[in-house]
Amino acid sequence: MNNKWILPLLGVLVLVSALGVVFAKHQNRKLYAELSELQKQRDTMELEWGRLQLEQSTWATHGRVEKIARQKLKMRNVDYDKVVIVK
Amino acid sequence: MFLVMGACAVLVWRAVDLHVFNKTFLQNQGDARSLRVDTVVANRGMITDRHGEPVAISTPVDSVWIHPEIYLKEPQDLSSLAKLLKLDASKLRAKVLKRKSREFVYLKRRINPELAKQVMQLEIPGVSLQREFRRYYPMGEVGAHIIGFTNVDDMGQEGLELAYNDWLKGEDGQQRVIKDRLGRVIKPVALIKQVHPGKELRLSLDRRLQYLTYRELKRTVFKHRAKSGSAIILDAKTGEILSLVNQPSYNPNNRRNLKGSRYRNRAVTDTFEPGSSVKPFTVAAALESGQFSSRSIIDTSPGRYRVGQSTIRDIRNFGRINLATVIQKSSNVGASKVALAIPGENLWRVHNGLGFGMSTGSGYPGEVEGVLTHSAEWREIDQATLAFGYGMAVTPLQLARAYTVLANDGVLLPISFLAQTAVPQGERVLKAKTVRQLSNMLEKVVTGEGTGSKARIAGYRVAGKTGTTKKTSTDGGYADDRYISVFAGMAPASDPRLVMVVMINEPRDKVYYGGEVAAPVFSKVMAGALRLMNIAPDEKDYQSVHMAALGENK
Repeated sequence: MNNKWILPLLGVLVLVSALGVVFAKHQNRKLYAELSELQKQRDTMELEWGRLQLEQSTWATHGRVEKIARQKLKMRNVDYDKVVIVK
Repeated sequence: MFLVMGACAVLVWRAVDLHVFNKTFLQNQGDARSLRVDTVVANRGMITDRHGEPVAISTPVDSVWIHPEIYLKEPQDLSSLAKLLKLDASKLRAKVLKRKSREFVYLKRRINPELAKQVMQLEIPGVSLQREFRRYYPMGEVGAHIIGFTNVDDMGQEGLELAYNDWLKGEDGQQRVIKDRLGRVIKPVALIKQVHPGKELRLSLDRRLQYLTYRELKRTVFKHRAKSGSAIILDAKTGEILSLVNQPSYNPNNRRNLKGSRYRNRAVTDTFEPGSSVKPFTVAAALESGQFSSRSIIDTSPGRYRVGQSTIRDIRNFGRINLATVIQKSSNVGASKVALAIPGENLWRVHNGLGFGMSTGSGYPGEVEGVLTHSAEWREIDQATLAFGYGMAVTPLQLARAYTVLANDGVLLPISFLAQTAVPQGERVLKAKTVRQLSNMLEKVVTGEGTGSKARIAGYRVAGKTGTTKKTSTDGGYADDRYISVFAGMAPASDPRLVMVVMINEPRDKVYYGGEVAAPVFSKVMAGALRLMNIAPDEKDYQSVHMAALGENK
């Protein structure tokens, strides 16, 4: 190798590396934007899940269930005399 | 030629100047006009019961705010916005104009996300949303005292929300975003700080038992026009709190116009003199001392016993009775005589070992330790009255914890509000033999001849003790018309799984005995709890009849 080529070669390498940095940075931003989008989706789903859980547990409040069971469905506890234990 | 080269040189220099020497300044200026740091709000962790059923959930809400300066550059009609937010349009306009020098003005806080979406579709310049969370408690009043609540900023204020605030709260994150001139987020650019959502907290609580306890306690407090009441169910094997209820209570979802006294978790923060409900522990001290056995006879006649200046009375003359009858009939004279026959130190050691006068280890904010003075400070009368639960102060939770020792072969467990994965390390405080003898005596309380017959449960053997305490009056003595009714017990007695304490403060109806007021609550709740937890009946007669039906031999 003679000195004549070293400088232009390094110049080209610098240029390539510079382009590489630009590319990586661009990729990084793109991927981060995508990640944020997915995270946002996940959050929305999680929030929806939380809301549904809340709704479910509100419907399933014991007071409400008991009232419906006793009044609407006319259910009652079994007398202990009628219970048979299976072991 | 030179001119062209000169011009080029100037251009190149300018480019270098901008890119190299002024780069930081210019980039900052550019970014300052478009890049913003946005906060990513962390969700507060959910609290669930032992089966994973939610008892406190955060749901997202949005607050609408406006940047008046941006809005006023291109003002638009606000009437449709006002209509959506159910605000007065002219007032809204006035509000924005009045605060035109500000950068951040709330228009309406905490609206539901669907409505917020509609607001954003109006595309009014300067109007943005801020994500916030609102805490909901699906159990409402039923679990209020255990769980507590948070304030507007989502920080725990009371109860376990306060005790485990750091665990639940999570950490807000930050990200850099590009915004347009209207303040809308175009796209996120970089993450500055990761958001850490709050962690989930699983309690030892059982929602079903909690509701059952709540329903019966409320009914009883109402029926007897009592001032307040508390009830606790503990898992006898692990020391976990399965249910804990106080009356009066409050609705944590709507706390407007509420007095502070309702917030108090009386089962943990208020003490009372436990009365006869601690007599079993006096008998335990007697049995452990070796001076008494289950066959020892105590002469309680004539139903009065003079100690120093005071006279201890029974409701009638029980005559010569054994230790079991002292407990069954709840004889104050018998208990005092037993207590004075053994060294005070022994009596103190048993009570101290059972956790009276010290924290239960529950970690509940504001828990009190109660009062148990050392035997060195006792006069004779102090030792005698301690035998039937006067001169000491305990919380209902402490009393329940002491009974777990009787349900757990003499081993004291730490108390926990959180679900345990393993049985915690306990500490032996009574001999297993003593506990067996006591358990037999306590079963006699819950018979037709005992004071606690109303605590009976069909199919199950129950062991427990009643207590009726006179409250101290303001002039220093004991009042004759204000009582505390207590029942403490466990079931099934052959191998106790659940320990329960019921305490009713100042029942104002005709009856006030622990066996009349508190014992029925025990019976109803415990019967339901045993059924819900699938615990098999252990009463011999019952078993033979109902298993014979299947042709089984046991």
